[in-house]
Formats: sequence, C-alpha cells, structure tokens
Amino acid sequence: MLRRLPFVLAAALGGCAPALLDPAGPVAAGEKTLLINSLAVMLGIVIPVIVLTLAFAFWFRSGNGRAKHRPEFAYSGKLELLVWSVPLLVIIFLGGMGWIASHELDPRRPLAATRKPITIQVVALDWKWLFIYPEQGIATVNRVVVPAGTPVDFRITSATVMNSFFVPRLGSQIYAMAGMEAKLNLMADRPGRFHGLSAHYSGEGFSDMDFTVDAVPAQQFAGWAAKMRGRGPALTAASYHALARQKGNVTPFAYGSVPRGFFAAAVREAGAPVHETDNGGRES
Amino acid sequence: MFGKLNWHSIPWDQPIPLIAAAIVGSGILAVLVWTWRAGHVPYLWREWITSVDHKRIGIMYCGFALLMLMRGFVDAAMMRSQQAIAYGNPGYLPPEHYDQIFSAHGTIMIFFVAMPFVIGLMNFVVPLQLGVRDVAFPTLNNVSFWLTASGALLINLSLVIGEFAKTGWLAYPPLSELRFSPGVGVDYYLWALQISGVGTLLSGVNLVTTILKMRAPGMGYTRMPMFCWTSLASNLLIVAAFPILTATLAMLLLDRYLGFHFFTNELGGNQMMFVNLIWAWGHPEVYILILPAFGVFSEIVSTFSSKPLFGYRSMVVATMVICILSFMVWLHHFFTMGAGADVNGFFGVTTMIIAVPTGVKVFNWLFTMYGGKIRFHVPMLWAVAFMVTFVIGGMTGVLLAVPPADFVLHNSLFLVAHFHNVIIGGVLFGAFAGYNYWFPKAFGFRLDERWGRRAFWLWVGGFYLAFMPLYVLGLMGMTRRMAHYDVPGWQPWLIAAAFGALMIAGGIACQVIQLYVSIRNRKDLVDVSGDPWDGRSLEWITTSPPPPFNFAVLPNVTGEEAYWGIKSTARDNGELSERPKYEAFHMPRNSPTGVVTAFFTTALGFAAVWHIWWLFVLGFLGAWATFVIFAWRDENEIEISAAEAERLDAERRNAKARLLDIPADQPA
Amino acid sequence: MSGDPHKLGRGEIAPSERGPAPKRVVVAYGFWIFLLTDFIMFAGFFAAYAVLAKATAGGPAARDIVELPLVGGETALLLASSFACGMAGIATAAKNRFWFQIAMAATALLGAGFLALEAYEFLHLIGEGHGPQRSAFLSAFFALVGCHGLHVTLGLVWLTTMMAQVQAKGFRDEILRRIACFSLFWHALDIIWVALFTTVYLLGVAG
Repeated sequence: MLRRLPFVLAAALGGCAPALLDPAGPVAAGEKTLLINSLAVMLGIVIPVIVLTLAFAFWFRSGNGRAKHRPEFAYSGKLELLVWSVPLLVIIFLGGMGWIASHELDPRRPLAATRKPITIQVVALDWKWLFIYPEQGIATVNRVVVPAGTPVDFRITSATVMNSFFVPRLGSQIYAMAGMEAKLNLMADRPGRFHGLSAHYSGEGFSDMDFTVDAVPAQQFAGWAAKMRGRGPALTAASYHALARQKGNVTPFAYGSVPRGFFAAAVREAGAPVHETDNGGRES
Repeated sequence: MFGKLNWHSIPWDQPIPLIAAAIVGSGILAVLVWTWRAGHVPYLWREWITSVDHKRIGIMYCGFALLMLMRGFVDAAMMRSQQAIAYGNPGYLPPEHYDQIFSAHGTIMIFFVAMPFVIGLMNFVVPLQLGVRDVAFPTLNNVSFWLTASGALLINLSLVIGEFAKTGWLAYPPLSELRFSPGVGVDYYLWALQISGVGTLLSGVNLVTTILKMRAPGMGYTRMPMFCWTSLASNLLIVAAFPILTATLAMLLLDRYLGFHFFTNELGGNQMMFVNLIWAWGHPEVYILILPAFGVFSEIVSTFSSKPLFGYRSMVVATMVICILSFMVWLHHFFTMGAGADVNGFFGVTTMIIAVPTGVKVFNWLFTMYGGKIRFHVPMLWAVAFMVTFVIGGMTGVLLAVPPADFVLHNSLFLVAHFHNVIIGGVLFGAFAGYNYWFPKAFGFRLDERWGRRAFWLWVGGFYLAFMPLYVLGLMGMTRRMAHYDVPGWQPWLIAAAFGALMIAGGIACQVIQLYVSIRNRKDLVDVSGDPWDGRSLEWITTSPPPPFNFAVLPNVTGEEAYWGIKSTARDNGELSERPKYEAFHMPRNSPTGVVTAFFTTALGFAAVWHIWWLFVLGFLGAWATFVIFAWRDENEIEISAAEAERLDAERRNAKARLLDIPADQPA
Repeated sequence: MSGDPHKLGRGEIAPSERGPAPKRVVVAYGFWIFLLTDFIMFAGFFAAYAVLAKATAGGPAARDIVELPLVGGETALLLASSFACGMAGIATAAKNRFWFQIAMAATALLGAGFLALEAYEFLHLIGEGHGPQRSAFLSAFFALVGCHGLHVTLGLVWLTTMMAQVQAKGFRDEILRRIACFSLFWHALDIIWVALFTTVYLLGVAG
C-alpha cells in the first residue's frame, strides 16, 4: 500500500480526468483524437435514430388521432435505397479512417522524434513486471523509468501465462505471450508519473500486477541509469528464476547488471524451467 | 475408486458457496417433496420431462434459462458489490473466489441463460409459424434439452464439490492448462460445455432441417415470417460454428488429460491458435444469440404497430449478410496480439461492415412504426427500449472495431459495458419481449401488464445505471476482472454501478411477482381467441395453448403474413373459410430417452472431472444402452383420429368467429 | 390443369411451397447436416494440424514417422469396408436379411482391421518415444488421426447394433432410415480419410 501512496495522491490531486482522455504521449494523443472523431461521426447518425425512434413511438401511438395511419406502408424503393446507403456511406468513411489509423498507429511503427529511441525489454512474470535496459545494462522490477521526449522501443514477452502490457496515458497495449516477442513503440511527451497495469487477466495475483512509469528529463535518465549500474543484485539465471518463483507482487527494486542476450534467452525458454518445478504460486 | 474425489473436495472452510448451496439445495428439495406429496410427479414425468412436443420443450428451455438467470445474476451482484467496496482493501471476496465468480457468471449467462432462452423461443415458435405439427426430430429435441440441463447441473455441482474455473469464461490457455490451473475447475468447465454443446449442436441440426424441409403448403421461403428467417440464420450459424468449439475444447481436454501440447508454452504449443479457434466460434456465437432477438423484435414491432414489417426482403437480405459476415470478423477480439497493421485494418473494416445490415434493420423497424397505430403493451415497450439501447451498444462496438481505439479500450470495462449493452439490450430485452409476447400462446392467459411495466422500467433504468459508469471506467483505464484496485477515482462509478445492479434485482423481483400475479389472476387474463395481440403470423391462428398437434389441418398459405391474410379474408367475407376435410394423422410418442441419457452424461462428465474411470465407462455404456432401448421400441406414434381433430378444430373455429364477430360454423 | 411456365419442378407448385417433405427425405437431410457439422469439427483438427505441422520441437517431423505401406494397407481396408457397406445397401434394398448380415459383418471386420493397423501404428510410435506428448506436431497428428479412428470405432458400435436390430426387428421403415444414415456415415469417414491421407501422409512424405 505504502509504495503506491505517491501514485494514489497524484491521481487524487490530478482530479478525475479519464486517463484515456488525458494523453501524455503521441500514441495516446493519436488514439484519443481517433476515438473522439469516430464517436462524433457515429453520433451524427445514432442521435437522429434515437430521436426518431422516440418521436415515432410517441406520435404514432394508437391514442393519437392526429397521426395518419398507413396500414399498407411496407415498401418504398427510395427509402430502401436510403436505409442501405446511409449506413454504408458512414461505414466507408469510418472504415477508411480505421484503415489509415491502423497503419499510422501500428505498435511496431517507430515514432518520429529528434532523439534516438531507447530499447526496454519487458518480461511478464507471475504478477510482476521485469524491465531490462540492454543498452544501460540494468533491470528494474515493477517500476520503469523512461526519458521524456525519447521514443521507447518496448520488446515484450512473458515467462508465464498471457498478460497485456498497458500504460493507459501513453497509449496502445499489447499482449505479452511466452515464447514470443511483441514490439510496442511508445513515448512520453513530458515528465510525469503514470499508472501501468496488466490488461489481460492472468490468475490470482492479477489485480496487483500494476507498475509505475516514471518519465524523467533525458539528462536525469542518463544520470539515474549510471547511478544504478553496478548497484544492487545482479540479474542472473538463478536470481531471475527466484524472482519468477516468488509468490505475488513485489516492491519495486533494481538489478545492477544484466548479462548480454538475457532477454532473448527469456523468450526462448518461455518460463519453462521455472514452471517445471513450481506452479508459480498457483494453488493446486 | 473415487479418483481425485475425496472428503476435502468439498470446501468446508468456505461459508459462501456452502450456504448458497444449502439454500438452493433445500429449495430444490422442498419443491421436490411438495411435488411428490401433491401427486404431480406422474403428471410432470408424462407430460413434461418425457415430452417430445416442441412447445413444451421450448417452455422448459425458457423456464430453465430464467432459473439460471437467477444464478448468473447472483454472481453479478457479488461482483458489483465486491468492486464497489474493494478500493484499497481486499473486499469480502478473495481473488480465488472472485475469479471463479466472474468465470461462472460469463459461462452461465452465455451458455445457460442466453442460449437456452433463444433456443426455447425458436423451439416454441418456429413450427407454429411454419404451420407444421412438430420439429423434424421430436425425440432428439428432448435429448438436446436434457443435455443442456446436464451441462448446467455439472457447473452448479462445482459450487460445492471442488471448484469452478478461475480462467474467465473462455479459458484462454496457457492459464487454463494443467500447469497453471491444476484444480478441477477447468475440467468442470470443459465437460459442462462439451455435453451441453452437443445438445446445442443437435438442436441446430433439428431446427435447420425443420425450417428447410418442413413448412406448411404454400409457405415458400419468401413467405416465412421474419422470426423464421432469423432462426434459420441463427441455426445455420450453430451448425457451422459449434463444431469448432467442440474441436477446440477437445484439444484443451487432450492437453489437460493426456499431456498433449496444442496450447502449452513448451514443445511447440501455440496459445494464439486457441484464441483464433475459440473466436472463430465465439464471434458467430454472438450472432446466434442476437439474430433470433432481431426476429422477435421484427414480429413485435409489426404486430403492435398494426402494420406489415417494412422492407421484408431487405430484412431477409440483411439477416443473411450478417450470417455470412459473422465468420469474417473473429480477429477483432485480439487486435492487441500484434498481428500487424494490414491484418488488423482488414478485420476492423469487415467488422464495421456488419454495422450496415444491422443499421438497415434498425431503419426498417423505424419505418415499420411510421404510419402505425402503436399499442404499447409490455412487449412493445421492450422493443422501443431495445432500439434505443442497441444503437448505443452498436456504436461503441464500431468504436472498438477501429484497431487503434481498441488498443486502449481492449479488455477494459468499456469493452465489458459494450458487450453487456448489446447482450442485455439486445438478446435479453428480446428474450423478455418474446416471453411477454408468446406467454399467452403458451399458457392460454396473458401476463399481468402492471407488474410487467414495473419490471420493464426497473430493468431498463438499472441497466443504464449499471453499465454507463462502466464506459466511463473504461476511459479511465480500468481493466476488467480486477478483484480490488488502488485508484481512488474509480470507486464512485463502481458504487453507482452497484446501485444499478440493485435496481435490476428489483426488476427481477417484479418479474417473479408478475408471474405469480398472472397465475393467480389467470381467469381475468385468459385468452379465449388464441389471438390476443391481433397477430399476423400462423401461431395466432390456433388456440392458446395450442393442441399437442398445433393444427388439425395444416394451413394453406397463400402469401406473406399468412394469418393476417386469412383473417382479413374472413372479415371481408363476413364468414370463416370453408370447413376443411379432416383426416387422421400420427404424432410421436413421448420418450424418457432424453432425461435418461442426460443422467448418464452427467455421470460421465462428473466421472471425467474427478478421474473416476469406471463411472466414465458406465456413463458411456448407459447412454448407448438408452438409445438402443429407444431404437428397439415397437410403437413410435399415436394416432389422432379425424373425429378428434374435427372436434377440437370446431372449438377453435367458433372462438375465431367470436373474435371477428362473424357467424360461427353450423353444427354438421 | 396446365403448369405455370414460371414455376420450376413439376410445374404446378413451386418446390418450396409443396408442404412438409416425407419422413425419409427429412431424416436423410438432417443426417447430412449432422455430417456437415462433423466435417467442420474435423476441419478444426485439420487447421490445428496445419498450424502445428512445423512445431516439431526438435522431435520427428511427418516424413520421419510415416510408413506408407502401412497406411496404404489401412486405406485399402477402409475402402474395402465401404464397398462391403455398399453391398449391405443392395441387400437392404432387396430386403435380403442373410446377405445384409454377411455384408455388414464384412464391413465390420474390414473396419476392425483398419483400426488394428492404426493401433499398431500408434503403439509403435509411442514405443519409439514419438507419442503425442513429444511435440505439438505429434499432438496434432495423434489427435487428427485418432479422431478419425474414434469415429470408426463408434461406427463399429453402431454397425453391430444395426445388425442386431435387423435380426430382431427386420426391415422396418425406421430401421431402413437408420441403415441409410449409417451408410452415409461410413462413406463420410472415407471422405475424411482421403483428406487425411493426402494432407498428413502424402504431403508429410513429400514435405
């Protein structure tokens, strides 16, 4: 509870603006715009339909003597044309929007920015997240620090069941699956602290499987990474398996060193060595 | 001897399921004892349990669905109350309970409430509307019903013996694999769905055959009532989609029981294949549910507007287009799996295209109301509420079909709100509308309007109060299936949603009272004419309730709206149609095959869950022997004599004459 | 009465407006639809096989485990069994109980022979450590081929039940309909076997 206090306070003070409508990065901003535009287009047809439904229901009630009763009115070529073409046109328009947006906001697509992107590798474990910084040679658990204004190239896998990596205020989520490597490009526009979570149910400890994203100025990030290097425990196969076996959630901490190619090995072994001897805290 | 089953399989330390089971168990026991002491058992056995009459089977399906609705709703109420209080604390349900509850809620609501309700309505109505005496395979129909009940029994057994799945209603692997779910919960889930799935599949085969091969003379395809068309589409989807579910669940069973590697993390298993396969069934499944509801509304809007359905042929085309397109959109359930922009874009567009025929349907209902004289009986209220609610649900559905929008909304409470918006606002409203609409046909008296309206307003209000906040919570980034949370902004909305659930509980209570009051006042609510709503299709030509054989003589259909045509002709001529020539005919005999088979399949499923292999074999042999005994019987049918048919039909003709205020037949 | 030139079929009434079809037609039609559902279920297993065919996880691939002569034998037995089933159909049409039983017994023996060969193939593979637990590919292989085998087994149960029933009750109408359904079922298993033989065994050897 204590470790979340800062976040709780931030959320309370920040008011109740829904996370998706308060984007902190270009991907989330693009998705917010798309959401609102699509909604606006559809409301243009949905509101009239609702109004007409209620209006027709009211006006043509059997008690209303002024309404003209047309008991044989069951076909009209012109209206048929209208009822097919109106939805069709709306959908052609929306479909076009959706197709273009799918390509523009494709999670694999690198983001345009002046700074060189950094890579962060993410491993979903039984109810915690491991973040590996291959370029910096460090790793963190349940807290990820990113430089603001720098694109982050997330590589995501799972050493357990399916999870979904999601930071609502930064945008797109993507599934974390064992044996596979998903790509997700995100960026924080400005410094800040954001709530991240697993958006795919993964068992008993799922509700506590959230993490903190700290976006800090680029200079500060470099300083933080340098400070972390060599401090704290080393990430090795043994400490990794111990972390994976540890039941439930853990307080954020950092590893001071990570062997080269560690993430690739984690993708390859798909969590198997851990789960062959242990069911990861799941009761039998 | 008893496999994995032992004394500790019963959760003695968990009061909630035990108390629930004790209440339900003693309730069932009380009903059984009362039925036994009142001497109703032989009647129930003879006339209902073993009945092969499609109307009785349809009624049993709907009654069963209403009963399971209570169970599913109790789960929902527990989830809503848990989330309303579980901010910064664990609430009263630990995750191991909460996870079972949402899994059971989804499984029960889809497979044992929505499915049996629409299948029940189709069973009851389709043969009547087609002007025939029964479905193609009456005994098989009874078997289907009892297999569905068998699956439901297994799920409810899991409440006290062992546990239910903690994997969500679709049991995605690898979570549902033995390694991550070593308990019996997933096995209960799999066997319950396999057994009831066979029932559903056979029911689909039955109704497709009925609609395509058994229609009254003159009932061509373009003269079938809209409900028959949507039923045809729905059952074609059952026939095409349910085998995929059977195969997929069979693969998961092989993984769990025999160590196969279809979906495991290791040795080449592929979890993405499960997700693809399950949704190749799962998306058509939602149209299996919603299409019959569209049919119900088509009938109701037309009847209560006193007009033919606007754009009948357009509606038929729209129905069949939805039927076909429903197989081309499954990938939109997992845009976030990282398939790439082209694939996501393609499935996003196909999904949106389904909105076109659906939109056409809404417009056609609108124009059916235009120029009508709308009578606002309870079924019509549900229809108007549906039209308003469903377009909102459809709109949020199209929103979710835009892949990048789905990247942020997927698995959120926005999604939960969306599918409840279409399933409650569409399927359930349709089921309730149909229940109020066809109840007089089934039992010979109408349902009480006053309590029906109260139930309606509480349900509709409760629905909006319970689910609109979930849309907001989705936008706030709250994901589904959370047992507790630490974000303060979420709690007020969850409390509002809990009050919505409370209102819905009031709606359900009103429905129970409505049924009770209607039975008590059945003399005042009686329907003597067989045509209480001034109906237009053939179910209203016969008496309420109809005789076991529906029609003494199959009606001769000469155009769309068969009964309306006959009624108008009689009105214009001031006399009934010519008295037909009555002939003797045969009806199938009742058979206990279904209920006995279901007894053995329940034993088989239970044995499989607990690895009691001798009982498994016994269950299989018992089911086989039941069919052999059925196949061996010498008398399959009973004869209805021409005189009997004529006598019953004379009563019907006199009632119609009174209804239309024209002279009755002279005694022959 | 002259026929309406615009209507199909026999002229007077459109086929869709002739009223309920006779029982014989309804039963066969319904059973065909059931068989279609069975094909779709097999399609699920075929799809899984196609997806997992390369997922050998370091174990054997299809070309390492297929023994074409054995599979050829299985195919021959199954086709001969279908031929015998066709003979049983002729005997049924002639209402000849003796030849019906002979032909059905031959169908059953040939079907059982097929199953014996398949069981040998399976046990042999498992004995070599190539069981379904070895890799996803082998899981898909055993499930697909085994599902067909399970159908043949259930067919044998049905077949022997039909033999007993004809012996006890003779060629009654409903029994004739059941025989027709059985024969549809038995031939449908051939269709599936042809697809299976091609995709699993022939393409397996080629790939």
